[in-house]
Amino acid sequence: MLYREAGDFKTSYAKDQQTFPIAFDRWGYFITIAFAFLVVPFLINDYWVNAVVLPFLIYSIAAIGLNILTGYCGQVSLGTGGFMAVGAFSAYKLMTAFPELSMIIVILLSGGVTAFVGILFGLPSLRIKGFYLAVATLAAQFFLVWMFNKFPWFYNYSASGQISAPERSVFGFAVTGANVTPAVSYLFCLCFVFVLAWAARNLTRGANGRKWMAIRDMDIAAEIIGVDPLKTKLTAFGVSSFYIGIAGALLFAIYLGAAEVGEAFDISKSFLVLFMIIIGGLGSIFGSFAGAAFMVLMPVLLKNIMVGYLGWPTDLASHFQFVIVGGLIVIFLILEPHGFAQLWRLAKEKLRLWPFPH
Amino acid sequence: MSADFYYAIEVILNGLMAGVMYSLVALGFVLIFKASGIFNYAQGVMALFAALTLVGFQNGEIPFSHLINAVFGTDIHHFGWHMPAFFAILCSLAVMILFAFLVEKYILKHLVNQEPIILFMATIGLAYFMEGFGDLMWGADIKKLDVGIPQGGNIWLEENTAFLGGDDFYGFYIDNLDIWATIFAAILVISLVIFSQYTKTGRALRAVADDHQAALSVGISLRSIWVIVWAIAGFVALVAGIMWGSKSGVQFSLSLIALKALPVLMLGGFTSIPGAIIGGLIIGVGEKLFEFLIGAPFLGGATENWFAYMLALLFLVFRPQGLFGEKIIERV
Repeated sequence: MLYREAGDFKTSYAKDQQTFPIAFDRWGYFITIAFAFLVVPFLINDYWVNAVVLPFLIYSIAAIGLNILTGYCGQVSLGTGGFMAVGAFSAYKLMTAFPELSMIIVILLSGGVTAFVGILFGLPSLRIKGFYLAVATLAAQFFLVWMFNKFPWFYNYSASGQISAPERSVFGFAVTGANVTPAVSYLFCLCFVFVLAWAARNLTRGANGRKWMAIRDMDIAAEIIGVDPLKTKLTAFGVSSFYIGIAGALLFAIYLGAAEVGEAFDISKSFLVLFMIIIGGLGSIFGSFAGAAFMVLMPVLLKNIMVGYLGWPTDLASHFQFVIVGGLIVIFLILEPHGFAQLWRLAKEKLRLWPFPH
Repeated sequence: MSADFYYAIEVILNGLMAGVMYSLVALGFVLIFKASGIFNYAQGVMALFAALTLVGFQNGEIPFSHLINAVFGTDIHHFGWHMPAFFAILCSLAVMILFAFLVEKYILKHLVNQEPIILFMATIGLAYFMEGFGDLMWGADIKKLDVGIPQGGNIWLEENTAFLGGDDFYGFYIDNLDIWATIFAAILVISLVIFSQYTKTGRALRAVADDHQAALSVGISLRSIWVIVWAIAGFVALVAGIMWGSKSGVQFSLSLIALKALPVLMLGGFTSIPGAIIGGLIIGVGEKLFEFLIGAPFLGGATENWFAYMLALLFLVFRPQGLFGEKIIERV
């Protein structure tokens, strides 16, 4: 039938733990992936790539990263913007210092650098918990942004204090600079999203993920059953910052092209990504995507309706946007504190039983 | 004594004054956190909103005039009257109390028993909502707030301290506004302490802060207590909004003072009113002194942006509950 498994006949652990136990889901997933890789590149144009698709892909990576730290390991972080800045600036330094280096390696290395910085700022998490930690991560946010602003070495002594990505290509196709085609930048980001999301899904259901969740649910109890809190929290900080660093590097190099740290990576970025994982669902990879899609699409939609259709001035529209985003977050938390992911889960449960409710 | 020494003292004095301003914001946080365990991120935006409302009332602006103009094509802006500062403050206070009612009725009531982090995020949502709402209501341009507090350097103090240093020292420069802020903060704290110690409602507040369930079981209405606490926090926000607004104009960046108050809270402890004051003073003096001694000469300045956070971070590693916070006891 349409959305059903016929009984529970799993005979191996691999079958029991598979991500998509229902054939319909599995095929849906394969078709989505195939569509994203094979069909979309031929359809998209400049507007769609720059307004919707690229920000969605890049913020999904950041949201997955923050979700690993906050949703899976329970450590609230408000330093996402700062860590994205680390990714962006290491990508810039690597690109300008080693022009021959492949962009893929540059992006991965910037993730590595960010992971290191993240672990450094994660060290206090052993002593500080909850809100105190959330505020402590603000230290990272403000300190990092200040540092990238203050020391000209980071932006190669450019007069404007801006960093701009030089032209680099992968397999003969330009991915940064002025000669980028929409399809190439889309595919480049999509590859990262695909691999990173796949890795995150498998990380979070393996031994590491179970440790993270044990720490999240009750850290003292987890420690008693033999989970090392220092190592677990620091791996969460490291992996999360790796993702966020890659998102920052992609945001700068592929999407923005040029960035000014105080503007592109300020505290509102931290909140934006936090909102994504709240609305999408804490502790869910699907939720990270859903939240990123929602937070990227909604402003575009609102702007189109209010400015394009109703003809209001843009500043009024942006105020309304604040009201609507804030209101939606509150409404979401009241109605469904676990976000889109939970709605999706409930819908799937209902579908599984439909049309016989028992 | 050399002039440098006196400059250092002047920096410390100004730091103390700045610290008082931080404490004013931190106070609002502590009140709400103690009574409901909610970390109210919206406190800074509440200060902004209160200041905006105050300016709006004073100048007789029509609420939502921009919106009305855009939708109906009209051209209205002002009622055409100017309200005296005192009445405007009373009216703004009424608005903040109404706001407390609405928050309790439409948000907090529905979020009872949720995890603290969910409540925290709800207040972030509330902060966004109010930011947009305040702009929609009163417009987003920078406004001047003047309720009659004298501004500029205090000349009396400057003239009477000039003899301390040599010829190149002209006395301590301290802003009148800061002095008034200190006086108001002192009055505010003393009246809050009296209120919570000697009135029936105050006792109920402390009971709720101590133990929600025990307070419920002796017949204290949690919901009315929350309304009262949010109203008081609204009042504190109004005072902070007046002070900060007179100092730097009423504008969006006013809401960012909430972020400045966070390290103050961490240092002083989330649950202690004296902690908020002393934490504010330490942060104020610390960041001014650090900028004066190390930041400006060696690091290129603007260290005030992050110094408070770093100080709080380092401090917390050694004392996770802050200076005056309740000791954190964890049980499995």
